[in-house]
Amino acid sequence: MHAKDMPAMRQPDDKEVTAPMILVIASGKGGTGKTTISTNLAFVLDDAQFIDCDVEEPNAHLFLKPEIHAKKTVGLPVPMVDESRCTGCGECEKVCEFNAIIVIQKKVMIFPELCHGCGACEYFCPEKAISEKMRDIGIIEKGTSGGIDFIHGILNVGEPMAPPLIRAVKACIDPKRTVIIDAPPGTSCPVVETVKNADFCILVTEPTPFGLNDLKLAVEMVRKLAVPMGVVINSCTIGDNEVSKYCKEEGIPILMTFPWDRRIAEQYSAGRLVLQNLREYRENYMTLINNIKLEISRHETADCN
Amino acid sequence: MKQLTVISGKGGTGKTSIAAALSVLAQSSAIADCDVDAADLHLLLEPDTVDSGDFSGGMFARIDSSRCTRCGLCERLCRFDAIHDFTVDPISCEGCGFCARACPDEAIIMEPNHSGKWFISNTRAGTMAHARLGIAEENSGKLVTLVRKNAQNAAENENRELVITDGPPGIGCPVIASITGADFLLVVTEPTISGIHDLRRVVEVARHFNVPVLVCINKCDINPYNTSKIEEYCTENGIEVVGKMPHDPEVTRAMILRKTIVEHDCGHVTVEVNKMWERIQERLNA
Repeated sequence: MHAKDMPAMRQPDDKEVTAPMILVIASGKGGTGKTTISTNLAFVLDDAQFIDCDVEEPNAHLFLKPEIHAKKTVGLPVPMVDESRCTGCGECEKVCEFNAIIVIQKKVMIFPELCHGCGACEYFCPEKAISEKMRDIGIIEKGTSGGIDFIHGILNVGEPMAPPLIRAVKACIDPKRTVIIDAPPGTSCPVVETVKNADFCILVTEPTPFGLNDLKLAVEMVRKLAVPMGVVINSCTIGDNEVSKYCKEEGIPILMTFPWDRRIAEQYSAGRLVLQNLREYRENYMTLINNIKLEISRHETADCN
Repeated sequence: MKQLTVISGKGGTGKTSIAAALSVLAQSSAIADCDVDAADLHLLLEPDTVDSGDFSGGMFARIDSSRCTRCGLCERLCRFDAIHDFTVDPISCEGCGFCARACPDEAIIMEPNHSGKWFISNTRAGTMAHARLGIAEENSGKLVTLVRKNAQNAAENENRELVITDGPPGIGCPVIASITGADFLLVVTEPTISGIHDLRRVVEVARHFNVPVLVCINKCDINPYNTSKIEEYCTENGIEVVGKMPHDPEVTRAMILRKTIVEHDCGHVTVEVNKMWERIQERLNA
């Protein structure tokens, strides 16, 4: 059955159902099932835009297998010195907070990997000896997979700076569509960049001490960004009850639980979508979507009051 | 002193479980938990903290509204979209200080960002350096460098011959900070399409920084075909597979009991980790 034909999607009174929204799937701890959940959600929605923001290790394309039809490189501006104009005054070194410029014996040395591209050196150079050139940090690829509009970023190997590439990937968001974003693991700058300005964040965790510890960190981060959230507990049949207890105490809704199922692990290992072969899980994903919508509308109502 | 860093590319392959087990087996190492934005090693090694301090990773800008004449120059200059309506969003601010230097009214103040806390602790496996990055903070690469330095100092003071580092997932800034200068990387992978994809990327990063790689295949029975693919890839690239562990629910039970997989009987997993440690020692001492 096609996703759009499912009864749960045809609630005429539910206007939010078709309203575009940006959903981020994040986790704190890696390997809890972010990519599994996000790719299968996209598959069930069928007409969503899918954005993989895990630019260090993008994996969603292995499951959605998009046909790539566009590719562009993403760069960061780095300074370039016109030696005929440079007097070696050292102002550029002084204004660089990132130690990306050192002036030795009136000669300017630039360390591009340290440069954040803020533009201060160019602005403050009294001789107008600095201009900027683009340094490639990664690529963005766009494609389609069925009805899904697919976009991902791939960070160059050896490149430390993921957030500027994530910003460039997020600039491709289509505001007229439902957007599903696969986030990188962790809780620091690349994740913050990804979750920022989303309508809703789904935190995927597992009921283990590591899962709980990292969930708590992720919850604090999402709260700081003021994005509404809910939790999906994956492999809920392993481990203990501490994650559910924590969610109850904190008033965080549990949107869905999935059991540990060796067949899911096997499908995943082979790069296959769960829903293509284990159709009994379709119902879970439909309920998950509805629970997300309920949560979003609950937050919108709360905001109005 | 030798340095062994455990990484994975893909998250959740078992880095921390294996790093903790190796540190218990080594019994003569200093330990560094460099996954500073989702640190978990302390949950298994139950550290007793003996020293700690604040980590300040950088600066962020604040606008003094009593001096601000609302000229809007700062908002135009900021490349990080961090200034709107004459206020700075500290989450977007990268601390470059461009706005503060350019402000004609000297209305922008740069303030230090207390973005984390570092710890040095005693554990049953040795001295451990770890940290906690502040919520939604950046500069995790700098904090990783500090944690590694703390572990190296501990190793030197105590005449330890090895530092075992639990690294972060990915290939970006904190990973680069965790692997530069290490003697060996142990890459923990799993026989999934994503695991293989991420293993290749992480091996490229290791090559880029000239660090030799050893590979361990976790949950190898989930997909025997992919396990053989990983072994083929490793052979072709002159990389030794030092360990292969099957999937076993006892591993999760060990975690819940706050024990490493060599302190709780996880059957084949425990046996294989012990064998792997012997192979790693041979490489380290070669």
